[in-house]
Amino acid sequence: MNIKEIQDEIVDEFSMFDDWMQRYEYIIDLGKNLPLIKDEFKTEDNIIKGCQSKVWLQGEQNDDRVVFTADSDAILTKGIIAILIRTFSNQKAADIIAADMGFIDEIGLKEHLSATRANGLVSMIKNIKMYALAFNAKNDATL
Amino acid sequence: MLDIQKIRADFPILSEKVNGKTLVYFDNGATSQKPQVVIDAISKYYQEINANIHRGVHTLSQLATDAYEISRGKIQNHINAKFSHEVLFTSGTTFGINLVANGFTSLLKEGDEVIVSALEHHSNIVPWQMLCERTRAVLKVIPMNEKGELIMEEYDKLLSDRTKIVTVNHISNALGTVNPIKEIISKAHAVGAAVLIDGAQAVPHLRPDVQALDCDFYVFSGHKMCGPTGVGILYGKEDWLNKLPPYQGGGDMIKEVTFEKTTYAGLPFKFEAGTPNIAGGIVLGTAIDYMNEIGFENIQAQELELLEYGTKRLLEIEGLNIVGTAENKTSVISFNIKGIHPYDIGTIVDKLGIAVRTGHHCAQPIMNHFNIPGTIRASFAFYNTKEEIDAMIEAIKKAVMMLS
Repeated sequence: MNIKEIQDEIVDEFSMFDDWMQRYEYIIDLGKNLPLIKDEFKTEDNIIKGCQSKVWLQGEQNDDRVVFTADSDAILTKGIIAILIRTFSNQKAADIIAADMGFIDEIGLKEHLSATRANGLVSMIKNIKMYALAFNAKNDATL
Repeated sequence: MLDIQKIRADFPILSEKVNGKTLVYFDNGATSQKPQVVIDAISKYYQEINANIHRGVHTLSQLATDAYEISRGKIQNHINAKFSHEVLFTSGTTFGINLVANGFTSLLKEGDEVIVSALEHHSNIVPWQMLCERTRAVLKVIPMNEKGELIMEEYDKLLSDRTKIVTVNHISNALGTVNPIKEIISKAHAVGAAVLIDGAQAVPHLRPDVQALDCDFYVFSGHKMCGPTGVGILYGKEDWLNKLPPYQGGGDMIKEVTFEKTTYAGLPFKFEAGTPNIAGGIVLGTAIDYMNEIGFENIQAQELELLEYGTKRLLEIEGLNIVGTAENKTSVISFNIKGIHPYDIGTIVDKLGIAVRTGHHCAQPIMNHFNIPGTIRASFAFYNTKEEIDAMIEAIKKAVMMLS
């Protein structure tokens, strides 16, 4: 599936919930099921600044795709990362850079998260796009 | 005994709904809510007497100036300062600390020492670190014990003739510890050091007597004591304020300006450059009148009851650990629940209408000391109730169920 198709699927899933409790419970579940990041990647360098909780994000190139792994010490944050990873991991760098982020609003995540002091969600997306930009530039250079 | 329901009716925001739930506001340590008299006084100022102060000969300017200076007098009286010109209006606690730290630049030399405590807010750490960088003075820290109390024996050891200023908070924002400032001040004076007290977290709970304390500087913000944001007070002893150079240059702080040389105005104007927060300054007086009308003895009695009840109820929750258990503390409870990040709890209880603070509370060294990422902090004011504490307990239980 491409990024747009995955985003539509996620929006669909969230539209089934009647209230915020169910939505949060789902995010918590996603967080619990997020595949673990390798310990060697849980470094100070990989910590995303601007989050109330600690977030580690690691991007790697696998053929023409970018693969992301991540972790957080807070479960809600982990659930949100899980949504982002499902959307962006195993996609082409150029597609990640070009991706529209409107689906975040559609699933009602931003209204809940931007209220917290630091805009962690924005930082996460920025970091994902930065990885894609770096890999894209590297690929261009080797052509 | 206070009639809490009557008091609550003074605060319109307390009947607001948040996320569809009745608001339970337990983030008073960050800022207090405002009573109707304060809200009205702000409108009244702009509707009736708005004009720039200390400048015009016209009537409105006189009225505004009088109201501003009357407020200064109220604050002088409230904190028992010897002179009204020892009471400087600032934009808040942070500004006051920076003003003093900046003023000490020319008074320190390499090897001199500045003492802070392990319990400080970043605002009472960073300006002194910057001062030390400028002057090559050395920053020393009074350590704390596991209860979150300063270890006074260690303080004694830090003091010497190299100590030039000691700067500690009256009450810790993160843990609620009330520090033995009278002892801290007299011991600092014994070695010839000046003392600044950060009273930001104290003034909502008590009435400081700066002459009895004998502190050299006492700073606080209006917004934590029912007043508006953007206004605060720096009290300084006359001698010290005369010794310190001006912090900012501009209008209102001068005696005479020529391109060759400018002479400065006397106290307090030397430190009050530019058009101040006039409405804020006037209305801080209104807020102080309001709190004195309720009475600080009554406020303390109500808050102590909330602290005791809140502590007891919170400890009923399995795995809950209170951080900061000083013998002498105010109505602040910082806590963690085993295996759950404070941010997760804070987010869920917010959805249930409970406003608490989560995170490091701008006191990262304290969190590092306890080796935790942060805490959940419930800070109570005199207008809070036991029923609200019950609602918080229910919300936390629900959050724990969802998160574990």
